[in-house]
Amino acid sequence: MAKIQALEGVEPVTMIDAPARLDYTFTAGRATSRFLKGLEKKKLLGERSAATGKVYIPPRGADPVAGVPTDEQVEVADCGTVTSFCVVNVKFYGQAMECPYVCALVLLDGADVAMFGLIQEMPYEDVHPGLRVEAVWVDDNELSTTLENIKYFRPTGQEDAPLETYKEHV
Amino acid sequence: MATKGKHRVAVVGIGQTKHDSARNDVSLAGLVREAASRALEDAGMTWSDIDAVVIGKAPDFFEGVMMPELYLAEALGATGKPMLRVHTAGSVGGSTAIVASSLVQGGIHERVLTVAFEKQSESEAMWALSLPIPFQPPLVAGAGGYFAPYIRSYMARSKAPSHIGSLVALKDRQNGLKNPYAHLHEPDITLESIQESMMLWDPIRYAETCPSSDGACAMVLVGEKTADAHSKQPAWVHGTAMRSEPGFFAGRDQVNPRGGQDCSSDVYKQAGITNPRKEIDCAEIYVPFSWFEPMWMENLHFADEGAGWKMTEEGATSMTGDLPVNCSGGVLCSNPIGASGMLRFAESAMQVRAQAGEHQVDGARLALGHAYGGASQFYSMWIVGADKP
Repeated sequence: MAKIQALEGVEPVTMIDAPARLDYTFTAGRATSRFLKGLEKKKLLGERSAATGKVYIPPRGADPVAGVPTDEQVEVADCGTVTSFCVVNVKFYGQAMECPYVCALVLLDGADVAMFGLIQEMPYEDVHPGLRVEAVWVDDNELSTTLENIKYFRPTGQEDAPLETYKEHV
Repeated sequence: MATKGKHRVAVVGIGQTKHDSARNDVSLAGLVREAASRALEDAGMTWSDIDAVVIGKAPDFFEGVMMPELYLAEALGATGKPMLRVHTAGSVGGSTAIVASSLVQGGIHERVLTVAFEKQSESEAMWALSLPIPFQPPLVAGAGGYFAPYIRSYMARSKAPSHIGSLVALKDRQNGLKNPYAHLHEPDITLESIQESMMLWDPIRYAETCPSSDGACAMVLVGEKTADAHSKQPAWVHGTAMRSEPGFFAGRDQVNPRGGQDCSSDVYKQAGITNPRKEIDCAEIYVPFSWFEPMWMENLHFADEGAGWKMTEEGATSMTGDLPVNCSGGVLCSNPIGASGMLRFAESAMQVRAQAGEHQVDGARLALGHAYGGASQFYSMWIVGADKP
């Protein structure tokens, strides 16, 4: 009885935070494994579809348009063109970056799909479509089988890419 | 025109909850029951009149309840009845209604209850949409971060003036004031206050973004015999269509995706519509970020490519325009994610049933309901009318 009386005047609990976690083993598969092993040597390995001729990076092992495996490995450049971008001002769980930062779609030279990449070494308000950028890699002794090997992309100082070169990506 | 072999379908009951940032007064079960009870009441039916239940919501890890339909069966009177769960990301509210419609159309069931919901206050959507990808740095910040570059591409391609997104937000928030169920009621909103709001995912501003809502929507879909015996105006289903496409492939146009174009062409064809802008009286479309209104106007063939923003600028999509869009306030006023698509379908049906109250479009006879999801890759649409197809 004493315990029940002690609860008088206490706000009833109607909701609690219950964080959940799920640990799992990730099997990258054939194409992504080759891509990740390439990253360890600072190589960006895409795959070309024999059916459409398009080069996918990161490769998933199949061409989603033709529905066939992509068998030919193709090394693409670690520089490319910004096709579009977002200036992120929102904090979210797991975020590694300080806001604001620029998350851009980067079309690497030799690839047919753009990848999301961080743009640094330039004020965010100066980033624009057509901007030529290059990867800045982590130090050689930090290289691992991860896309985090690319710390960010920075402007190359080259002239902007003409719109025709990336038109079908915007 | 009813396609040969298909039964006619009509909506005779519609219900929705009051949408809010946190419906702490109800559990998940209470939330769906509130919407479903109202749909039954509108239909003049009781739980025992229902033959089957079709339910949809966003992925389970939003609320962290696995297969919630199992525990919600009792609250929806589905014990001992067929119950189906539908999964199609953000378009799920629309596809759920379409599955329910198909069950009647195919002659499997005569009276189907369909429900969709989300309780965002008991979930973490930002986290759920920004799952870490193994071996990749976390960069893309939720749905806004994902869509912002494509909105920027739309602005560049169409040469739309930068205030169009704010005009859409102003219109939808003002429409929302006429909808008692809407989550956001912002009577003091102005174009200036929208344009002064923070850039969250530049070029998307805070006030041009949907809220995070708790809410549910429900409808009762029936066959022709039941609808004919019903005392209120039914909303007849004139066409339903779904399309999907991969989120990632070379040459994909993510500003004006092929899936959405094909889906709308299909649903118009089923409904015998050749000039959608002229023949459709109003539309409820899925606009979670304001710029999607002009983008979808083009994707849905209401405007030529590059000209969708002119409809917004000229006021064509306002309550007094020739194609009122989102008279309910739309997703920009209420976003219980899984329910948002069904709300578009339900609101279009409310218009042709003349039961939309203050946000009713006078004389609406034919309306479009639209939903999309994922990386602009899942589409569901229907056309409903006051007349039998």
